[in-house]
Amino acid sequence: MTRFFFALCATVLLTLPARAAVDIQEVTSPGGITAWLVEEPSIPFTALELRFRGGTSLDRDGKRGAVNLMTGLLEEGSADLDSRGFAVARDNLAASFDFDSYDDAVSVSARFLSENREEALALLRKALIEPRFDQTAMDRVRAQVLASIRSDLKDPDEIASDAFNAIIYGDHPYGSNEAGTVETVSALTRDDIVQAHQDTMALDNLYVSAVGDITAAELGALLDDLLGALPAEAAPMPPRLDITTEADITIVPFETPQSVAVFGHRGIDQDHPDFFAAFILNNIFGASGFESRLMDEVREKRGLTYGIYTFLMSKDLAETMVGRLASANGRIAEAVDVIQSEWARMQTEGVTAEELADAKTYLTGAYPLRFDGNGRIANILVGMQMTGLPIDYAETRNDRINAVSLEEINRVASELMQPDALQFVIVGQPEGLSSTN
Amino acid sequence: MRRLFACLMAMTFATPVWAEDQVTTFMLDNGLEIVVIEDNRAPVVVNMLWYRVGSADEPAGTSGIAHYLEHLMFKGTDTLAPGEFSATVAANGGTDNAFTSYDYTGYFQRIAADRLELMMQMEADRMVNLKLTDDDWRTERDVVNEERNQRVENNPGALFGEQRRAAQYLNHRYGVPIIGWKDEVNALTLDDALEFYDRFYAPNNAVMVVAGDVEPDAVRALAETYFGPIPANPDLRPRDRPQEPAQIAERRLTFADPRVSEPYVIRTYLAPERDPGAQEEAAALVMLSELLGGESATSYLGRALEFDTQTAVYTAAFYSGTSLDDTTFGFVVVPTPDVTLQEAEDALDAALAQFMVDGVDIDKLARIKMQQRASLTYGKDNVQSLANRYGEALTSGLTVEDVQAWPDILQAVTPEDIMAAAENVLDKRRSVTGWLTRSEPQEVTQ
Repeated sequence: MTRFFFALCATVLLTLPARAAVDIQEVTSPGGITAWLVEEPSIPFTALELRFRGGTSLDRDGKRGAVNLMTGLLEEGSADLDSRGFAVARDNLAASFDFDSYDDAVSVSARFLSENREEALALLRKALIEPRFDQTAMDRVRAQVLASIRSDLKDPDEIASDAFNAIIYGDHPYGSNEAGTVETVSALTRDDIVQAHQDTMALDNLYVSAVGDITAAELGALLDDLLGALPAEAAPMPPRLDITTEADITIVPFETPQSVAVFGHRGIDQDHPDFFAAFILNNIFGASGFESRLMDEVREKRGLTYGIYTFLMSKDLAETMVGRLASANGRIAEAVDVIQSEWARMQTEGVTAEELADAKTYLTGAYPLRFDGNGRIANILVGMQMTGLPIDYAETRNDRINAVSLEEINRVASELMQPDALQFVIVGQPEGLSSTN
Repeated sequence: MRRLFACLMAMTFATPVWAEDQVTTFMLDNGLEIVVIEDNRAPVVVNMLWYRVGSADEPAGTSGIAHYLEHLMFKGTDTLAPGEFSATVAANGGTDNAFTSYDYTGYFQRIAADRLELMMQMEADRMVNLKLTDDDWRTERDVVNEERNQRVENNPGALFGEQRRAAQYLNHRYGVPIIGWKDEVNALTLDDALEFYDRFYAPNNAVMVVAGDVEPDAVRALAETYFGPIPANPDLRPRDRPQEPAQIAERRLTFADPRVSEPYVIRTYLAPERDPGAQEEAAALVMLSELLGGESATSYLGRALEFDTQTAVYTAAFYSGTSLDDTTFGFVVVPTPDVTLQEAEDALDAALAQFMVDGVDIDKLARIKMQQRASLTYGKDNVQSLANRYGEALTSGLTVEDVQAWPDILQAVTPEDIMAAAENVLDKRRSVTGWLTRSEPQEVTQ
């Protein structure tokens, strides 16, 4: 039972790493596959991360949920192994493979011992290259996905996310739940799953990182065996999307004692010159932790919630600044009022020199703490590649934070914070609030 | 594919094992026990202070006071203003938080290793110098109320879980929610919190775990400086809490809520926990839970209910052996849409009966042991989880020796041990069977 809760979303912007306490190498295989590597031989295992850009946003028309279901089937039998055979082989090696997908990527997280690395990678190769997608496995996992979809329809947190995404992203793939609907998932065929596999996992949308007990030569040699047989090209990406919102409140009635609110508007791209100023600004305003303005105003001073936070969500194809909180039906109206006031105050007044200095100290000091574990570092490295950051980025990151001036951050505050465009979605039975649209 | 129901169930699965070659332990004269776990790969330290007090130590009628006090511990001391503790941690690039369970309350900071001294100084300060104002404690009680709303009142599975635990424990405080019953939480006062604080927060009732880029001698010197001067509480009494009587009647309950989407059946049995110097039966129960309910494709229940028949979309067995007093062993079955809860429960009982006939799959047991050996290697990658394992064990009645013997005890479990433990524990007279159902007839709101 922790004291406050953290975001559950998989796609929250990864805070950018800064000074690397690690030595990152770029490795290119004979076949031309590139990976970032940190050699860390002190523990005899390796963490390997793969990302395939596009993910569930590459679902074909009418096939919503195909990529999600496909990902769930990668561990359910491949080549000469059925579901059970695959699980037995993996457990015999004490390896772990996690297959997942979200709206910007299919992700594969693997962990394997040095003593049986070759066997573990041969097994992983089968899952990636030769999945069977047996009908019986497909029907069984589909039933699990359908149960999950039905559960989400009665979960106020999920209802809020889905409603908010539908409003801000509309018909774009970001605007609908990546798991699909009961109707679309029920209609998926094995051919659709095979198609989703070909569409999403290819050489031209692949990013690789490895951290652990493995050398550059060893990694380079195994990449072609592991991944070389993937298709050359993934399906084309959907178009970029510009976010426009109004200062509306949308209420989704749901009988439950505590209302859940999601709120936000357009954000800022990570490539934008003002990104670091915006990043610091969000940290001061609503980043998770006890020190943000929203936490102070809504929780510490008024006791209106257990947790409130905002984040800059930079997806591949759209950027938003989004926040969440939950508050009892009778108290949520006051919380909304405080959030709206603070949003406007930040736009007009910006931050103080002291707030900026404190945020810089925190962000630059917290940075090296991220690089503490093979799995964690591998995750950071693959994320940096997907974001298009240079391999030495980590060494300059803190300087970029420190370079943001008070004038700059307050100009960005006046541009980023748009109280006139702050859209709220509230799920529950909020008292004293009604939909404005 | 098991992650789908992770949020729905939020269960604890089998306890992992861990390495011991990085660990140093010692005790100060005032009784503060200290565990140092070294990992010098990154300049980071996790500083944790665990108190041997949790919700099961609360006086009757004040449920939730252990957790409420945990919140108030961030509200200032004689020398720190409300919120200044966390602000100071953040100003040094660190993060901090706290947690409360049935048997322990813990506080931790994750920060650059060269800031450890400041963390110890502040943690020692709030062990004895807590100072609260009238406004602060009332506002924080509202926060706890919203926390309960978020975790429990908005979640029919959590409400159901509270009722099931209350039925499982006839006499022990494990039957009362950690966060407290709603009306009792709303009646807690500053005096309740301070009385609890004075009684339980003392060096001889705490364990400090420091993990990361540190030297044991340096940690000892800092601990002597900041915690050494704090006197032990001479009035601290042994934790002999009311125990369970013989349970002789099976209990059943049904909870209906319109917010339920997927009904399920869940059964728990009162079960022995890991005891100091006697962890063998608990180790056998860990193996039993893995055999029956581990990974679906190879577990006994997964095969019987998800693969060989399409009875369930999800099955699991769960057992958490790290507990001061009697714990539980349990099963959950989420049936496929056309299967009733009665049919699901019947299928569970039939599978369990057949397991008692079939016995242990030797190959599966060998694979489980292989994975547990490998977890010694993987576990070294995450010192924070190592720190948690020590803190949890040492506040749940176990010793450092028990913690370090545990991997070998797991490896030594035989099929006979497992079947004997199953025979002993899977006794319906000590069980609670719950059905979570939709209210009917009910319109779907969405």
